[in-house]
Order: sequence, then C-alpha cells, then structure tokens
Amino acid sequence: MTEGGFIEVDRVEKVFDVRRKTGFLRRERRQVRAVDSVSFTVARGEMVGYIGPNGAGKSTTVKMLTGILVPSGGRLRVAGIDPSRERTRLAHRIGVVFGQRTTLWWDLPLIDSYRLMHRMYRIPDARYRENLDRLVELLDLGALLDVPVRQLSLGQRMRGDIAAALLHDPEVLYLDEPTIGLDVISKAKVRGFLRELNAERGTTVLLTTHDLQDIEQLCSRVMVIDHGRIMYDGPLAGLHEVGESERTLVVDLERELPPIDAAPARVVRVEGPRQWLAFPAAESAAALVARVAAEYPLVDLSVREPDIEAVIAKMYADQAERVVS
Amino acid sequence: MGERSRLAEGLRIYRLIAGMWIRSLLTYRTSFVLTAFGNLLVTGLDFVAILLMFAQVDELGGWTLPEVAFLYGLAATAFGVADLVLGSMDVLGARIRDGSFDILLVRPGPVLAQVAADHFALRRLGRIIQGVLVLGWGLLTVDVDWSVPKALLLPVTLISGAAIFSALFVAGAAFQFVAQDAAEAQNAFTYGGNTLLQFPPTVFGRDLVRGATFVLPLAFVNWLPASYVLDRPLPLGLPDQVAFAPPLVSVACCAAAGLAWRAGLRSYRSTGS
Ligand SMILES: Nc1ncnc2c1ncn2[C@@H]1O[C@H](COP(=O)(O)OP(=O)(O)OP(=O)(O)O)[C@@H](O)[C@H]1O
Ligand SMILES: [Mg+2]
Repeated sequence: MTEGGFIEVDRVEKVFDVRRKTGFLRRERRQVRAVDSVSFTVARGEMVGYIGPNGAGKSTTVKMLTGILVPSGGRLRVAGIDPSRERTRLAHRIGVVFGQRTTLWWDLPLIDSYRLMHRMYRIPDARYRENLDRLVELLDLGALLDVPVRQLSLGQRMRGDIAAALLHDPEVLYLDEPTIGLDVISKAKVRGFLRELNAERGTTVLLTTHDLQDIEQLCSRVMVIDHGRIMYDGPLAGLHEVGESERTLVVDLERELPPIDAAPARVVRVEGPRQWLAFPAAESAAALVARVAAEYPLVDLSVREPDIEAVIAKMYADQAERVVS
Repeated sequence: MGERSRLAEGLRIYRLIAGMWIRSLLTYRTSFVLTAFGNLLVTGLDFVAILLMFAQVDELGGWTLPEVAFLYGLAATAFGVADLVLGSMDVLGARIRDGSFDILLVRPGPVLAQVAADHFALRRLGRIIQGVLVLGWGLLTVDVDWSVPKALLLPVTLISGAAIFSALFVAGAAFQFVAQDAAEAQNAFTYGGNTLLQFPPTVFGRDLVRGATFVLPLAFVNWLPASYVLDRPLPLGLPDQVAFAPPLVSVACCAAAGLAWRAGLRSYRSTGS
C-alpha cells in the first residue's frame, strides 16, 4: 500500500445527465455536477465525519467509494483498489450501511440474514462465530436474533444492519446517515459502538450525518462539502476559526436596563434583567467582562462557546450567497 | 477470476439467494399453497384452450392435435425452465427506481446472479410440469418416423430453447437500466413469444415468421426443429439443416444478452438518496 493513505480521492467528479420532460416529447437536458473535483485522503484507522447540506454530494461520494457509481473524472483508490473496476474484490474489504435502506431480509429472523452473510462472504466458521458473538454483545442484539426483521423498530434494525456490515471484518466502514430517525438512547448505543470498533479493531470509518453530535462525539476530523466541493477539511475545533464564529456572554443585571453598550460586542437578546452579548470568538472574554462589570450592576455572568451547529449553518449560508451572487 | 470460477461463484450465490426467497415465502404458508395451486390451475387451463379449439376443427394450419401438443410442449418446457430460473428479473426496474439495487452492488458475487435469484418463486415450477406433461402426451400420440438425428435433436432443442428464452430475459432486464418501467415490454417479448410458439408457424403471416426467425430467433426454440422431426417442410422454405442450428443460435443469443447486460450495468446511475 502507498504512503498516501487508505482511501485516496484525487480530483474526483461525478456529473449526472438529468433529462426533464418540459412538454409532450420535449425534453430538456441538464448536467448536475454532484461532486466537483473533490480530493482527500484518509489514513488507516481514521474516523472521519463527512457533512454538508442536503444535496451537497455526500451520498454520491460514498457511492463512488463503494463502487456503486463510476466517477466521471479523477482518480479513486480504496485499499489500492479502483472501486468501480474491481467491485467484487473490494466488497470483501469494505462494509457499508445506508441509513435509508436495509440489507436484512424482511420476512426472516435476523439471524438468517447473518447466516447468509457468513456463506456469501465465505467467512471461516470460527471467525464468524466470534464476530457474531462480539457484535451481538456490543450492539445488544441477543433478544432480537430470532425476530423477523419486519417486526424490528427502526433503531433495532439499524443496529442489525451495522452488525451485518461488519461480520466479514471489513477494514473500512462507510455509514451514510446511520443515526437518521433514531432516539437519543439508540444514537448513544450506535456511537458508543462505533467508538469501540475504531479503538479496538482500528477500523477506518467514514460517516455522513446531519447530526453534529455524531461528529462531536466520534470524529477527530471533519470534512464539509457543499455544492460538490470540499469547503473545509480538518479538526472539528478548527471550524470555529473558518466560520468566523462568535461567543456569547450572558449577564444577569440587578434590574432591567437599556441594552449594554460595549462595542465590538453587541447585544443580541434582552429578557428582563438578562442580556446576551455576542463577541468575536478570537477576542478575550476577560477584557469584556471587566468593562461590563465596571459600568453595570452585575449579579451573575457566563460565557458560552460558539454552537457548532450555528457555525456550520453560517458556513452553508455564506456559501449559498456566494453561489447566488 | 477465470470465466469458469465466476460461473461457479454465480451459481453458488444464486443458490444462496434463491434459498432465502424460498424461506421467506414459506413464512406465509397459506398464501404460498394458494398461489402455487392457483398457478398450476392457470397454466393447466392454457393448454385446455387449445384442446377446445380442436373440438371445433381437425387441424390448425395443417397441424393435427398431437403435432400441436408436441410443438406446445417443446416451447412450454423450454420457457418454463427459463421462467423458473430468471422469470423474476422484471423486478429489477423497481429495484433501480427505489435505489435498493445499490445494496446488491456492495455485496460480493456477480450482480447478474443476484438479480436472477431476486424474488425467486418456486411456484413457477408449475409451468415446467405442465410443459413436460403436454410434451410427453404429444410424443406418445404423434406419428413420427424416428431416426437417430431426430432423437438427438430433441434434448438439444429443449436445452437451446431454454437458453434462448433465458437470453431474452437477461436482455429485457438489461433494457430496464435504460427504461425502468420496461417490465411490461419485457413480458410482452418473453411471455408473448412463448404464446406465439404454441401455435404452428403456418397460422401466421410470412412477415411475422420471418421476424421470429431472423430478428428475434424464437423459431429455433421449436418451429424449425419440430418441423424437421415431423417431416414437414421448414417454414420460409429453409433447408433441413437449419433445424440443427438451435445450439449455435442460443450461444449467439446468450453472448449478445451478456454484452447488453454489461452495457446496462455500466450505465447504472443510482438514485439521489
Ligand atoms: N441518480 C441521480 N441522478 C441525478 N441526479 C442525482 C442522482 N443522485 C444524486 N443526484 C444529484 O446530485 C446532487 C448530490 O446528491 P447527493 O445524494 O450526493 O446529496 P447528499 O449530500 O447525500 O444529500 P442529503 O443530505 O440530502 O442526503 C443532488 O443535486 C442530487 O439531486
Ligand atoms: Mg445523502
């Protein structure tokens, strides 16, 4: 394997030809550039979050990485394999979970789907039994193995699907919205499991999501894509700087007063004696607190770190503006 | 992987998936029994329609009832085999539309085998049973001047016919990559072709027979070899040797269908979610 990385994506594009009926027998042809010259590498054992607004190109990227779609341009390698050319060989080394679909057999007990994987992937018996036992324990599937899949809840089914994708010991796991529609407890279970998988087995994980808590709790690295282009690639914390984010100072005054004047900080909200002041994340909070305390009757105060959701929402919006103008 | 081991792997995957579908259907035991029974009844009635016709006339296009039964049996058996193995391939269009085809692509094993085994339905066995029964009855009652070439031609024709129909199913499935709602069109060719072949070529116009020989080579499933076995002149004035062409024709059909399948698969573009 090359030094470059386990997953190598080099200026990869995907263009869809979309034909739309505009009248009887009249069609309009349009090209959608779903992925536009995307490059990144992922090292073995990394856990990377892949985020972006609806239609950004996340699923399209994952589909190219798994060999489902053939790229329109660029170079793609996973474990040294060109996915769309050697789909079958690659299949033995990757695991895929699509949150919106299932690989499980609807009418049959969960265990039957696993037995099929066992034989389909030719997993050695001992290995299969060992992996199954471990997955059943970690994902809490014991009571579900004999239940027909159609009777499982969404969260149970998702855990079942994740186990199905891991029975053959894949080196990399792709998850496309694995926590979609799950409640807090199920999400926590899935996250806890993924963390353990990555730590114990060193499985490389690439996951797309709209739930930033997934990323905060799991991924040391995040890639943001919008309109098919990578907007950011780095640690989650670094997003604050790129996003020109703001921190918030919440002050409780003795009584209701007119909005505090403490530029460059500005009051963004007033509720009785409580006021919210936004100030650039890079500025010192201490200086601002000192100024406010000197001029106003303070009872209490707290500083809130920028909300990552807000940072990203701002980033998406900025990008949309740039595209429009 | 060599072509041979790929074929073996394809058959292995086919068996695994077909097995899962049989188990799935068996979970609805009553409905399974009912559809199997209903299917047998409907396919059975198919030949009864021809019997009823012969209650009115002595010959159909110059062919007697035993001769037509022989013709019918050849087509129905060959079609039945292809239908059992590949008959559910018309669900491919639905899988492409709803995006669940993606799942098949991330599994190991040839996609064609996975699609062929998709929605495998044992109830289609009814067609083969009915075809074999009618063929057997035809062979017992028909007047044939048997010879070694004629006796050899019989099994060869059945195998080639099944292969020709199979190629038709695969080509039809490949077309669904282009037009996802083409399942009806595919059925028109496969089931329609089968119905066409249940009648002697002499009842159809010359152009139709020409089309069924040179464009979509259905005539090689039974019309040509059966005419030879029954000592009848081959349709379109073709020489007798053509009656032995089915194996060659079936190989060509399968090759063409294989190419179409590859092209279709290559053009697959998934859905937007
Ligand atoms: N099969 C397809 N045919 C035509 N256009 C497509 C197809 N698949 C995706 N697209 C288009 O490509 C773009 C990217 O879609 P993609 O599914 O990759 O987005 P996404 O980032 O996964 O979005 P979401 O968060 O909504 O799942 C969209 O504009 C979409 O309409
Ligand atoms: Mg998506």
